Amino acid sequence: MEGVSGNGLAGPQLLDLMPNNREWLVMIDGAKARGSSEEKKLELRLGPPGTDDWCNLKQDTNSKRRDEALLSFGRLPSMASAQIAANNGGHQAHKFGSSEALASPWPGTSYKENCQKLQEQEQMKPPRSYHQFPSTISQGKNLPFSPKEASQSNCNHKGLNLQDSGVKKAFSQASASASAANTAVPSVSQKRTAPAPVVGWPPIRSFRKNITSNSSAKPSPEPQNDTPNKVAREDKPVETCEKKGMFVKINMDGVPIGRKVDLKAYDSYEKLSSAVDELFRGLLAAQQDSSAGGINKKQEEEKPITGVLDGRGEYTLVYEDNEGDRMLVGDVPWRMFVSTVKRLRVLKSSEVSALCLGTKHDKNSLEMKTNQKIFS
Amino acid sequence: MYFCHFMQLTDNQRLALSSSVCPSRSNPTSLSLSLSLSQPIKKPSSILCSRVFMAHLFPEEVLEHVFSFIGSDRDRNAISLVCKSWYEIERWCRRRVFVGNCYAVSPAAVVRRFPEVRSVELKGKPHFADFNLVPEGWGGYVSPWIAAMARAYPWLEEIRLKRMVVTDDNLELIARSFKNFKVLVLSFCEGFSTGGLAAVAANCRNLRELDLRESEVEDMGGHWLSHFPDSYTSLVSLNISCLGSEVSFSALERLVGRCPNLRSLRLNRTVPLDRLANLLRRAPQLAELGTGVYSAELRSDDFSNLVGALAGCRELRSLSGFWDVVPAYLPAVYPLCSGLTSLNLSYATIQSSELTKLISQCHRLQRLLVLDYIEDSGLEALAASCKDLRELRVFPSEPFNREPNVSLTEQGLVSVSEGCPKLQSVLYFCRQMSNAALVTIARNRPNMTRFRLCIIEPRCPDYLTLEPLDTGFGAIVQQCKDLKRLSLSGLLTDRVFEYIGTYAKKLEMLSVAFAGDSDLGLHHVLSGCDSLRKLEIRDCPFGDKALLANAAKLETMRSLWMSSCSVSFGACKLLGQKMPRLNVEVIDEEGHPDSRPESCPVEKLYIYRTVAGPRFDMPDFVWTMDEDSALRPS
Repeated sequence: MEGVSGNGLAGPQLLDLMPNNREWLVMIDGAKARGSSEEKKLELRLGPPGTDDWCNLKQDTNSKRRDEALLSFGRLPSMASAQIAANNGGHQAHKFGSSEALASPWPGTSYKENCQKLQEQEQMKPPRSYHQFPSTISQGKNLPFSPKEASQSNCNHKGLNLQDSGVKKAFSQASASASAANTAVPSVSQKRTAPAPVVGWPPIRSFRKNITSNSSAKPSPEPQNDTPNKVAREDKPVETCEKKGMFVKINMDGVPIGRKVDLKAYDSYEKLSSAVDELFRGLLAAQQDSSAGGINKKQEEEKPITGVLDGRGEYTLVYEDNEGDRMLVGDVPWRMFVSTVKRLRVLKSSEVSALCLGTKHDKNSLEMKTNQKIFS
Repeated sequence: MYFCHFMQLTDNQRLALSSSVCPSRSNPTSLSLSLSLSQPIKKPSSILCSRVFMAHLFPEEVLEHVFSFIGSDRDRNAISLVCKSWYEIERWCRRRVFVGNCYAVSPAAVVRRFPEVRSVELKGKPHFADFNLVPEGWGGYVSPWIAAMARAYPWLEEIRLKRMVVTDDNLELIARSFKNFKVLVLSFCEGFSTGGLAAVAANCRNLRELDLRESEVEDMGGHWLSHFPDSYTSLVSLNISCLGSEVSFSALERLVGRCPNLRSLRLNRTVPLDRLANLLRRAPQLAELGTGVYSAELRSDDFSNLVGALAGCRELRSLSGFWDVVPAYLPAVYPLCSGLTSLNLSYATIQSSELTKLISQCHRLQRLLVLDYIEDSGLEALAASCKDLRELRVFPSEPFNREPNVSLTEQGLVSVSEGCPKLQSVLYFCRQMSNAALVTIARNRPNMTRFRLCIIEPRCPDYLTLEPLDTGFGAIVQQCKDLKRLSLSGLLTDRVFEYIGTYAKKLEMLSVAFAGDSDLGLHHVLSGCDSLRKLEIRDCPFGDKALLANAAKLETMRSLWMSSCSVSFGACKLLGQKMPRLNVEVIDEEGHPDSRPESCPVEKLYIYRTVAGPRFDMPDFVWTMDEDSALRPS
């Protein structure tokens, strides 16, 4: 749709994909001329089921371009809007409130004055709290351009107010739910409290987390001068996860997809082993299934993965510790295990005996055997 | 990826579509491509007819030669839309293919259309996968691509993959299939081990570049390096910085010694400092070096040995590594500083004073990655000494602490924006920001093309006025006319999105978190940002209306990610049903969204355009909203 230029559309067209279905609303974007382009553009829009909300939103949002809006401020809807209205089955397309050009929103321009004006009009409300549930974000009501808690009935009234105050745009509630959310969170807390840990925030790759958490163990460079050797290469996997989960990769022989387990979520080997079953039972069955070429037998083939700890099952759980050694899971106390494990692997029990699980001393032989296994 | 759309069209449509190619007004020499699937098909205009007619006057060989000078993918795509014969000529002489989303087109379709490709670049998972937002096992498997290419492109030379799952089998197939294989770049990939790398090392005699970037490699030890045969000498670039275990030093030393063209060597953390000198003496021609661990108990003669070896590398332009750096050893690199253009100290935990000493000697520096230990004072020194700086990234040393552990504020970035006239790319993690600072930065650096600001605490307002940062980011998008990438953070209302929609006409990628207050925010972006290709949103109150109203826009974009937003399952269904060229994937690890009311917001939503239809490798927590699923009773 972008770049549909130069084909000389004489005027707005309506593309109605589903003329007999009022759920499907074809609207021309109020923004006819986009950017510097003088051509009218056509946009296909899909309306959500029960588009009334959206229509109301459109009324209030005044999606006209600034230049156009400047002209039409306070005037009757343009032809295009009238067309929309007609097409929408009689929903009125209101327009109001575009008084200021957007050009200069920065301090020192009318923007600031507008803010002040509006703030004078609006009751000053306390700053919002900073740790709200995402879907109930109510950006501070003290902010000049936040949505107003306007019911649909007083929209126009609101619009007039805002015109008076010289504010360019006033947005009514986008939807009932958003409105409810806004009113539900009264934003009274003035105190800035620590945000609850959020997955993926701040946006730092896990690779980097390991680096930096290692560094955090030794924030000052001074002691390093004295004992540089001691500092080097000390992995502290426990610290990498702090209050958050402690995710460790886990792979299983015969299953191409790896998973991650949060060791903080378990407190014993037994729970870990049932988690392994949970994670891989389906995958394993699917794998064997697809390699066997059958589809129907899936249910039957999903058998539980048991005995991964005592070596009596078909599979055995092993782990790589922070020194790179491969060990049997279950041999050391749980806490020690948690503090040294780097990754987990579910091996075929038959292969475990072939691979010598070892301590640091026979690391080389382990490596050789591993390599033999890979390259043979 | 325009060609993707193209491939599905009938010949009639193809001819008609070419009518939308016309000389762009701004630059008459280049072709601008206009393709809209929602448009009624037009008759070719007279200008174009004459253009096509003239084109027929040239023999194919001439056109092919002319096309060979056109490197940009976009221009090649435009060329292929001009007419049938150009399409045919172009596809036979295309040597390089870039697929921005491995699910947007099938490998078979690419292979069918471009039979003579030498270089393939593929991307897999969404960008937010970097931050653990995409569940493990989501997809992005390279297997079908490697399989198809192994059959079709025996002369393939380059594979570059990003955020894909690569298995050892895939690597072995690569090693076996391509006779003249030269470049393997795996950025942010996973799923393979050093065993697969060994196969590549053993078989790809002409390998020039092996770059593992920040891939997650299952490490079976450093033995794989010795699989490079003794006769192998073609290595130009090796990056193994992501590997965890000790490499085989003797193998590494021999390899480095026998490859005279080695220009770039990035070691991993386990390579000890006392081994570095030996390596460097074997490769004094290096232009890029990533050190291993930069601490050890060096004897004084070891240290002078290192100093001598480093000084011998007169062509070094780029330094990285410096894990666990001991500041006392840093003077060893001082003699190199005057030549450096790139410095990655983002793993180096050194304090501001040492950093300042180092950086202020690097007068030609163009790219700096550093931890926030640099502080405002260090950035001020940077601004004073590095007038050529183009790119700055400042990472947090303690991202999960609430209280600042260093004195790094908005002022550091303001200083750099004042002092470094060529600065155009910024990634900046900090804990406080003000509109005034952003406005200043925008005024100072209207040449900015990439601006990513992360204020670590979500929804943090201007710390001076307690207002939202709308005007600050508004200034950025208004002043920086060529802005291509933007990441927002801090307290933001819908207003900032209005600015973005109004001014950011060249914006291609936008990342949003904890911002906006209603559907309008998203609506402004989708309806206003003409060049937008990738949009990623998390924890914003954007919902159905904005998404559905701009459904057609999604076909012009590569992908849209929304997690923890307010998009309902019903809307996803509707979108998937009505937009057959979009894959609408709902990701929910809690179970099938059908088990909840349709109005419930979905946990994660990933929408991308595709000509390949729904993918088949979905795990059990991903559902594609196609027509079938929409019709299925819920």
